[in-house]
Amino acid sequence: MIEATGLTKSYGSKTAVYNLSFRVLPGKVTGFLGPNGAGKSTTMRMILGLDAPTDGSVTIGGHQYRELPNAPRLVGALLDANAKHGGRSARAHLLCLAQLSGIPARRVDEVLDVVGLTQVARKRSKGFSLGMGQRLGIAAALLGDPQVLLFDEPVNGLDPEGIRWVRELMRRLASEGRTVFVSSHLMSEMAQTADHLIVIGRGQLMADLPVRAFIEQNSTGFARLRTPDGDEAGREKLVRVLAEAGGQVQAEPEGTLKVTGVELPRISELAHAADVRLWELSPHHASLEEAYMRMTQGAVDYRSSEDQRSGLQGPPQQAPGGWQQPVGPQGGYAPPPPGAGFGAPPPAHAAPPHPPHAAHQAAAPYRPEDAR
Amino acid sequence: MTTPPPPPHVPQQQPGPPPHTPQPPPQADAGQQPFPPQAPPQAYAQQQPFPPQQVPGQRQQEPGHAGPPQQAPVVASSLPMVNTHIGHALLSEWTKIRTVRSTVWTLALTVLLTVGIGLIFAAALSGEDFVGMPLLGGGFFGLMFGQLCVISLGALVITSEYGTGMIRTTLTASPRRARVLIAKGLVFFSLSFAVTLAATALTALIHSSMLGDQTVPVYEYDNPDMEGSIENGEIVASSGHWVDATVGASLYVALLGLLALAVGALLRHSAGAISTMLGVVLVPLIAALFMVGESLADLREALIEYSPLNGLATMFHIPMTGETTDSGWPLLGLLAAVTAGATIAAVARLTTTDV
Repeated sequence: MIEATGLTKSYGSKTAVYNLSFRVLPGKVTGFLGPNGAGKSTTMRMILGLDAPTDGSVTIGGHQYRELPNAPRLVGALLDANAKHGGRSARAHLLCLAQLSGIPARRVDEVLDVVGLTQVARKRSKGFSLGMGQRLGIAAALLGDPQVLLFDEPVNGLDPEGIRWVRELMRRLASEGRTVFVSSHLMSEMAQTADHLIVIGRGQLMADLPVRAFIEQNSTGFARLRTPDGDEAGREKLVRVLAEAGGQVQAEPEGTLKVTGVELPRISELAHAADVRLWELSPHHASLEEAYMRMTQGAVDYRSSEDQRSGLQGPPQQAPGGWQQPVGPQGGYAPPPPGAGFGAPPPAHAAPPHPPHAAHQAAAPYRPEDAR
Repeated sequence: MTTPPPPPHVPQQQPGPPPHTPQPPPQADAGQQPFPPQAPPQAYAQQQPFPPQQVPGQRQQEPGHAGPPQQAPVVASSLPMVNTHIGHALLSEWTKIRTVRSTVWTLALTVLLTVGIGLIFAAALSGEDFVGMPLLGGGFFGLMFGQLCVISLGALVITSEYGTGMIRTTLTASPRRARVLIAKGLVFFSLSFAVTLAATALTALIHSSMLGDQTVPVYEYDNPDMEGSIENGEIVASSGHWVDATVGASLYVALLGLLALAVGALLRHSAGAISTMLGVVLVPLIAALFMVGESLADLREALIEYSPLNGLATMFHIPMTGETTDSGWPLLGLLAAVTAGATIAAVARLTTTDV
């Protein structure tokens, strides 16, 4: 089990990871998601004792990594597939790592077989493709038959067949009762592999919940409707009616309207009562990928979410689970309340001081209990 | 790229462990290790840092649906769990140093330069009646160039790990960082000393056989430098000279290489470390060359005396300053002290900073 408590890492004035607390439990694959530069690799390095936290601590099985008596026998890690001497053969690379923790040489041949590199075992790893390098890195992680495994972007550069193999490997390792912690910036990949998700953005925890809960809470459905071209009055009337009925309406560039918070038959009834014709009324489901993008968008680039608000008719972002989302009096045309990100209702714990945007709550931790 | 086989990463499927019975829980695992346990079973039990509340349940669950964490079984491994020590790190570093080509190239070049230049020197002077220097002194000229390869290798041994990122893999595999660096230093020092010793011994043998028949002029008989170097009117090398020109010179060069390793660990950059070491070796002497005038005389003398090249030359009893009777060992001691200081600094940097 990996347990981080208040983990913080600063490089000078730049804070890479801020007050990160989470637990990674054995027996399942835990996905570690976040956009590039969110602090995933920094966190991984701190878990492995390569970087010392500025504040807080992280332990594996209750011990700090650097205190483990024989670390590779308990924790295996793939941090960077290129972190090897290219002039050394694959076998020699694994052999020197095995010898460091008293692992017999036959285990080296075993893991080479596991990752399918036996045929190139004596070739210098300089000539390896990115995918082969990843396999060699995974072999190094498996070397000690460890109970805890960390993989940083393991599917980078792998072909589809390799990706599926990695996925099955992770699942098997977890089913054997090991703790598997996998970082990725690919939501779609994690949705198929992970049981649990830890999402970070800008070095802060944004979500820590099972994948199923993440899907339920973040992939919301919406209705798309189109009024006849040129019928501006009817369109505005419909928007007003929908807002009064508790819906959130968002104009889309193609002239269509995106409505959340109102069921499709109700929209039809409202339009009929308002005497507005509809050219289109269709149900849509936001993909998990889209939900993840929306969640991390604010953490990637603060300004882009601000730009989106100007010139649009409704609150640009609705809360996850928007169908049940009660809309206050400021719904509809009213300008969005500050910080009306998808994180609403506001998290019980206040947003930490970093990043220093007061109104920016997108990066505030979003936990399942917040939404319930 | 070959198609990978389905990864049989299940400990039971490993060839080797004879019993195919279900794996015991880890508490009982120590007694059933298929390998002769290098650590006593008690040590293994103590080493288990995982809290015992992780009850070992059935080993295989249906894939895809991992159970709740409370029921997660602890993996029982058939691999031996040993207490790691410096011996493991030494073995690992030996594997590392012998499996890269830069080691072979630099050490081969060291031998080639030392012996080759020594051979040319001996061949050129073999016709002379008397060359006016100790019999084995000519070994210096080859080793002067050969040492640069040893220095490069010393720096590369550590900086290549930083350059490739291997250092993070290494320190993940062994969080005892000081142990890794000390093992690296010991392995490199032993190897470079052995290779340099072979090269200098060969060179000394060549010189003693090709130049040994020189007749010492009568006026040199009273020269204190030649004490113990004249036998039956011919020049010979005393046993002290033999030791200095082989063991002493090799120690000096291997120490310079170790200093380069420490500098490499401090700078974490190949080119930076190698050029720093070239500066340390060459600059004092070059700077002294341009220091003319009385006011700089003392500084000039000190630069020459303490330049590493003079330290090596003194080992061959052809010092650039002072008396030829001077022993080279005090300067070797000085180099050893500097190297020890740099190594301590390197260990401190490695153990306290992020990598």
